[in-house]
Amino acid sequence: MKDAFGAPQSLLILGGGSEIALATARRLVARRTRTVVLAGRPSPGLDAAAEQLRGLGAAVTTIGFDALDPASHEDVLGKVFAEGDIDTVLLAFGVLGDQARDEREPGAAVTVAATNYTGAVSAALVCGAALRRQGHGSLVVLSSVAGERARRSNFVYGSSKAGLDAFALGLGDALRPDGVHVLVVRPGFVRTRMTAGLAEPPFTTTPDAVARAIETGLRRRARLLWVPAPLRYVMSALRHLPHPLFRRLPV
Amino acid sequence: MRDSSGATVTGMSAPAATATYLTGWGRTAPTAARLLRPGSYEQAVEAVRAAGADRARGGRGVIARGLGRAYGDAAQNAGGAVLDMTGLDRVHEIDAVNGVVTCDAGVSLHRLMEVLLPLGWFVPVTPGTRYVTVGGAIGADIHGKNHHVAGSFARHVRALELLTGDGETRLVTPEAEPELFRATAGGMGLTGVILAATVQLLPVETSLMSVDTERATDLDDLMARLSATDHRYRYSVAWIDLLARGAATGRAVLTRGDHAPLDALPARARATPLTFRPARLPAAPRFLPDGLLTPTTVGLFNELWYRKAPREQRGRLQKLSAFFHPLDAVPDWNRIYGRGGFVQYQFVVGHGQEETLRGIVTTLSRRGCPSFLAVLKQFGEGDPGWLSFPRPGWTLALDIPASMPGLGPLLDELDERVAAAGGRIYLAKDARLRPETLAPMYPRLPDFRALRERYDPGGVIASDLARRLGLQR
Repeated sequence: MKDAFGAPQSLLILGGGSEIALATARRLVARRTRTVVLAGRPSPGLDAAAEQLRGLGAAVTTIGFDALDPASHEDVLGKVFAEGDIDTVLLAFGVLGDQARDEREPGAAVTVAATNYTGAVSAALVCGAALRRQGHGSLVVLSSVAGERARRSNFVYGSSKAGLDAFALGLGDALRPDGVHVLVVRPGFVRTRMTAGLAEPPFTTTPDAVARAIETGLRRRARLLWVPAPLRYVMSALRHLPHPLFRRLPV
Repeated sequence: MRDSSGATVTGMSAPAATATYLTGWGRTAPTAARLLRPGSYEQAVEAVRAAGADRARGGRGVIARGLGRAYGDAAQNAGGAVLDMTGLDRVHEIDAVNGVVTCDAGVSLHRLMEVLLPLGWFVPVTPGTRYVTVGGAIGADIHGKNHHVAGSFARHVRALELLTGDGETRLVTPEAEPELFRATAGGMGLTGVILAATVQLLPVETSLMSVDTERATDLDDLMARLSATDHRYRYSVAWIDLLARGAATGRAVLTRGDHAPLDALPARARATPLTFRPARLPAAPRFLPDGLLTPTTVGLFNELWYRKAPREQRGRLQKLSAFFHPLDAVPDWNRIYGRGGFVQYQFVVGHGQEETLRGIVTTLSRRGCPSFLAVLKQFGEGDPGWLSFPRPGWTLALDIPASMPGLGPLLDELDERVAAAGGRIYLAKDARLRPETLAPMYPRLPDFRALRERYDPGGVIASDLARRLGLQR
């Protein structure tokens, strides 16, 4: 169960190799989290993350989870919930893709969409149903400001996050009557392995900052968060920018 | 305690299920459950049996809920059933000669006072609010300002009817079923659903209190005064200013007293000495913003509160409701903390552990905890309940907005100090304790678990508190 400050005792991370997820897990383990399930494709990174969290005192298990195989989600995630309540699910998997290649090779673009959108839709629905049976719990969905208004430079990724974002907000409304809280997080550019080598735009943030925002969002049962917070207003302005201007923006 | 023919004719409302968000009085950590309101014992039995059948199929059990005054998650059961016991609200029998009442568990102490005071009887123990049910009073084994002389509520319970997880109703007395009684007293509803209880009352001549007030300039002065003269009073409590710093740290206002005897009343009041008409102000508005209670606003309040109290005053007559339950005058006062809610922190440390108490008061004062309802009291002898909170020593209770930065880690640190001093945290107030800190605080926990295993092997009785603290499989 979560405590009065929204700190969970058990945590399921989908996309266990994600740096943002790991930073969040570290924060939550420092508070109340004793049980962590890291779901992801088996990799040395996943094992290293598990080891790190064990070092902080959590009981960690890793399970194989493939976002691109939605047919398996019910089974794989069902087993996790059968073990006991999960207080918070962090849906953190996603791929950035390579915009130029994705435009050349439709198959590559579809993989981005299938991971970030359809894979996430499937996993979120499976987890949402389990949380609903529990009558409590939070589902934290990592969206992106890139989904707020798709840009020339990364509209494949942006559109996948736009879909996920809209889906997750709707899912939050659907699950709300049954005690489930959905938190959609829209970070700006986050400095991680996934973005290494890319030029950093203004309002660049870090996994730790996102983790901190998530912890606060859990306490306040927030529905939607931007990281850093001022991006909310920046994005609001960008959304309303006339298109001829928006198209010419350097970012 | 109640014949079955009488059970079905009053307080009828079919137990309709609705998915409802529930929180404790602190309004933190909401979870959803099916809220059922049994109007008879039969309906309660039916509900528990249904929950049992459901549990066997992976359901999430059932817990009783009274008036929702526990601050944390004691009367919540996410994804399962919660029995709103206020539908069982009949007073069955009053023995006005010996002062014994038998009533349903859903009867509030407020109701009991309305019924009993005109007959010259008062509840043996009352907490800071009248709006708790008899079932809740036993489940939390509540204490009041008279703990140092009268102990906790369960000490005055002669018998209770308990509906256990197997769907059976048992008559539990301290003599015939000592283990089940001791597990139920303070057991946070986890041994079963209390349906009715028989309670020994306290005779009073009037509904007024004779109150002595005095100020203490700091914490040492306060403890010295309480130690020296508490034995002269039936009721004793001190409001403490946790925002005062430096030499004034722990300054306080002591209010102690007893029920006023008839001859203490002015002549015109002697004709109707037992009237009970508590003041009732408008309710706190539904939507108040977060952040009304800051160190600045609370500091101002505390300053005024301290200065307004007389330096020393003896024998002032006060309405019983004003003495015991000042906050009950403002319905829904918990809303002043805004959406974010608040947490209550109450601990006890034994006599001889004054250093721990002093350290914690200093920490709270340094950290600027905006608490305006902090009270310090001395407990007397411990109580028989396995999970009963009181033990001889000092208890401090305070309320803090849940949104205060760093509050979670701060309270964890205080837990450690309390546990190291052999003290404990009050479960009826708790919304954030860790399971590993609970065990050293309550040494009878293994017995409690074993008893639950015996009477409820299927784990039908379940609550959020039990899940959070690992009292639940």
